[in-house]
Order: sequence, then structure tokens, then C-alpha cells
Amino acid sequence: MKEENIVSLRNISVDFDGDPILTGLDLDIRDKEFVTLLGPSGCGKTTTLRTIGGFITPKSGDVFFDGVRINDLPPHKRHVNTVFQRYALFPHLNVFENVEFGLKLQKLPEHERRQRVQEMLELVNLSGFEHRNIDQLSGGQQQRVAIARALVNRPRVLLLDEPLGALDLKLRKEMQIELKRMQQSLEITFVYVTHDQEEALTMSDTVVVMNDGDILQVGTPQDIYNEPKNAFVADFIGESNIVDGVMYEDFLVEFAGRKFECVDKGFGSLERVDVVIRPEDLKIVDAKTAPLTGVVESVIFKGVHYEMIVDAHGYKWMVHSTACEEPGTFVGMEVRPFDIHIMHKMEVEG
Amino acid sequence: MKSKSAAVPYLIWMVIFIVVPLVLVAYYAVTTPEGQFTISYISQVGEYTAVLMRSIWLALIATVICLFIAYPLAFIISRRSGNGQRTMIMLIMLPMWMNFLLRTYAWMTILEKNGLINRFLSNFGIGPLEMINTQGAVVLGMIYNYLPFMILPLYSVMTKIPNSLIEAAQDLGCNTKKILTKVLIPLTIPGISSGIIMVFIPSVSTFIISRMLGGGGNLLVGDLIELQFLGNAYNPNLGAAISLVLMVLILLCMSITNQFGDEEKGELLK
Repeated sequence: MKEENIVSLRNISVDFDGDPILTGLDLDIRDKEFVTLLGPSGCGKTTTLRTIGGFITPKSGDVFFDGVRINDLPPHKRHVNTVFQRYALFPHLNVFENVEFGLKLQKLPEHERRQRVQEMLELVNLSGFEHRNIDQLSGGQQQRVAIARALVNRPRVLLLDEPLGALDLKLRKEMQIELKRMQQSLEITFVYVTHDQEEALTMSDTVVVMNDGDILQVGTPQDIYNEPKNAFVADFIGESNIVDGVMYEDFLVEFAGRKFECVDKGFGSLERVDVVIRPEDLKIVDAKTAPLTGVVESVIFKGVHYEMIVDAHGYKWMVHSTACEEPGTFVGMEVRPFDIHIMHKMEVEG
Repeated sequence: MKSKSAAVPYLIWMVIFIVVPLVLVAYYAVTTPEGQFTISYISQVGEYTAVLMRSIWLALIATVICLFIAYPLAFIISRRSGNGQRTMIMLIMLPMWMNFLLRTYAWMTILEKNGLINRFLSNFGIGPLEMINTQGAVVLGMIYNYLPFMILPLYSVMTKIPNSLIEAAQDLGCNTKKILTKVLIPLTIPGISSGIIMVFIPSVSTFIISRMLGGGGNLLVGDLIELQFLGNAYNPNLGAAISLVLMVLILLCMSITNQFGDEEKGELLK
């Protein structure tokens, strides 16, 4: 694969009032990709985004844009535009004037400005709203104006800081699909910050999972979901059962008092590890022959599946199953070797 | 209705202490001491055009300087954290707890021929400088006394402008100057216009500042009015006429500033 990095962060450190937010962060963002920075609040994802936008000058490290170091370039000179968390639309301007704002500063002739604004309003489905005031728009419409206002400048990279956070679920789902469509049709790079793992998995080409100012894993949504690098990623991306285990040898792990075949290797002998098993990968089977047994403690109907908590000698397993078992039933569980994910113990728990 | 009856005491108050005096001023301005209708006092005001113009001119200078000092300061304060904001606003209000006369007297002792500044300068063989009894001293007095009235309305509008709005302007290509002209000033028009009114009106009608810091040579319209009521020139009818003319001029100024403020959509900011 020969794809170029449009943004590269090298050894970036950022402090706020002496508190380190990012320490030695490295990140490459490939051109024309939809990249999501995913992590809990306070993990440094917004700080990373603002560093790319130029609103934060890193204490140390370098920011490269298209191979050029841009540490000292102020925001207004970067080929990057931002969609802000709370839209940050100009209340003294109407929809058209808001979108036109950047083009006016570029001193484009009026007919070209008009044409580009109209095009952009069409793209975000706001044709006919040109002369509305900002406070006459719903949250979703304001969001679209903010996106149009940023995209009309034809940035190489669009930065989006939790842009859908204030919208209701249905609108959010619609906007997710629309954003993805826009990114693909405009062929520009989107860097998207969110704490919503589902959002990240839905839209991204690449997901960057962050915690405590560190990047824990970079990969496709499939990679991140199926092969989480450590227990934090596994837990943050969907729900997981995480248990302590010991790696006996390659392809053999012990947890819950039994040895299991698995597909992981390369761990130290008798290394203590985290074993991660997704709830949907645990199968309810006959208790007599099952490797894991326990008593069903509770059952919640979730629509597609039942979510059961099975108490197996003190450890409570979460199981997703389409079949319902009554609470109090003694059940067996089994798991296939490739559904057992073995991870190095993290030094710091998230 | 409940809310209406609650307003009655205020209404009575306003009628007795605002409307009646205003009517009285207007009445005195157009009558002779014998109660005959006349416009001679109003036309007599024309003789004092120079004083009127000087008052407006000095008040205008003071207002503009206040605006230039207060605008950046208010912005800096509004970008501070909550505690920083409270402390700085407190410091700005602090001199206002002192009596107005006392503050102006303090400036006299600073600016005098044997005052603080001149004594300090004499150590270096400079001076004494003529500072007291000049128009500059009057303007200084106005700025010092009325600056908080410019800062406060500006500050209260600016705190409502989120930082992200300024960042959005930067993001879309604004340099510092463009942020000011394209975003900040349009959004702070209401603060600017009320600040201007709150500094200009007391400045244009002041008489204490001009008498204490301007000496006899810099008579302002406020002094003129005072002379007609309390001074040797005792002529309440002329005093009322001058007051009336000044009031009309001020109302005119206010309506112009208000017009300017209404055109912009700054008040949309919530």
C-alpha cells in the first residue's frame, strides 16, 4: 500500500497549567481517510484535534501537514477546517452569510461565492434556508450549517469535534450516514473525535483508541473490535468479559480454573494475561459436557438477543444469546478457541 | 392584574420625581419670572454655543479614549476564568466606592503645580509642567471617573461570546484584525452603544470635574447651568433653558447610537 500521510504528529506533548495532557504522542493520518479518535472524556482526543487545527501549540514535538512542519502556522493559515462541538455559528449572520464567511475572507468574487455556498447548502440539504437566522434553526440544521461553513473552504482535512453529541439518536444515525457520504464524495480527510464507540465503528476507515493521553490501538473498525490489543480497548469497544488468566504455552491458556485452547502465541511462559471474551461468543450448552458452568442470575430482553448474567463460581459472565434461560437454571457455556482473546496485562488500568 | 398593581408605587415615584421636574424645567425655560411665555431664554442659549461645543467636544474625546482603553481590557477580563474575572471586575469597581469628590480632589493634588508628578519630575530638573487647569486635565478627570461605565457593559456582552466563536473565525481564515472587525465588534455593538451613552452623558453635563481640574478657564455647560441656579448669575429661567437644550441634544445623540445598535443583530447573541 502506498498511501500518503496528510497529517503526522511526532512526539507531541501538551500541558495545561502544568498538567500533562499528551505525552509523546505519535499519529499518522492517511489522506482521504475517515479517521476517528475514540476514547473516554479527558483522554486527550480533543487536544489532539486542536493541535492539528492549530489552536494548541504543543510544548514539544512536531506537527506535519503534507510533509511540511506547521507548528508555528496560525489556524487561519492552515488548510484545515473545524466543525466545533457546539457549532460556534456566528449569531449576527444568517445561514448564507455564515457559510460565505470563509470565502469572503479569501476575497473570492461574489458570483463564485454565491455558487459555492449554494452547492454546499445543497450538499447538506439546507437549500432554501439561506436567509434564516441561526436561532431559527433546529440543532440538526445548525449542525449542517457548521459542516457547510467548514467544507465550503475545500479544506484538505476536516476536523470534527464530537459534532453529533447534542443531537437525538435518530438524527445522529442519519447524520452519521450523511457525513460518511460527504467524506466519500468530496474525497477529503475527516478526523472525527467521539466517545461513542458505535459511531466510531460505523463511520471510520481507521479508529484510533486513546486513553490518558496515549494511543492504545490504531486499526480498522474490524481490527479494533475483533482483535483488541488490551483489556481497555476490549472493554471500551463493546461489552466484554475480562478475566485473569495464565498463559501456559503457545495456544494454551488457563482461566476460570481450566485450560483452554486458543489461537494466541508469543507470550512468556506462565505469563499472567487478560482474557477477553465477547458476550456473543459465549454459547449456552448442556451443563454436563461444558467447560464452564454457572447459574443464570438475571435475564434482560434486548430485542435481538437476551442478555444473561451467569454466575460461575463467583465470576459473573455476560452472555448474549437468542435463547432465553430462566434465572436459577444451571447452564453450561463454551467458547471457540479463536473467540478467546489473550492480552498482555496493562501496566495502568484505565 | 398583580404585576400591574405592583408597578403603581414606581409609577407614582416616576411621576413625582422625574416627569414633574422635567415639565417644570420646560416651563421655566419658556416663561419669564413673571410667568409670561417667552422664547428669549432659549434664544439666549445661542450666546453660549462655544461653551456647549466645548462640553460636547471634551466629552466626545473622553468617550472615545474610554472606549479604546475599555475594549481590550473588557475582552481580556472576559477571557479569564471565573475567579480571575471577579477579581478584576472588583478592582475596577474599587475606586467607585470612594466619594466622587474625593477622587477628583486626589487628582488635583497629583496634577498641581506642587503636586506629586511635578515634585517627582523636579528631581530630574524637569518642569513644573502645566497640568492642572487645562482641558487635558478635565478630560483625564472624565476618563478616570467614568471608565468603569464603559468597561462594565462591554464586559457583560463579551462574557457571552464563547471562545469557540473566536476560534471558528480563526479557523475560517481571520487574522487578529479580521476577528475584531468581522466577529467581535459586530457582536459587541450593544455593549459599545450603551458604554458610549453611559460615559458621554455624565461627561457632557459634568460641572465638578471641570471646576476642580479645569480651573476657571474651561467653563463647561454644566458649570454654566450651576451658575444660573447657585452662582452669582442667578437666573433660573436661563438655566432651565440651557438644561432643556442640552437634554434635547443628548436625546438626539442617544437616538443616533440606538439606531446604530439596532441595525446590527448583536442582541441575538444569547
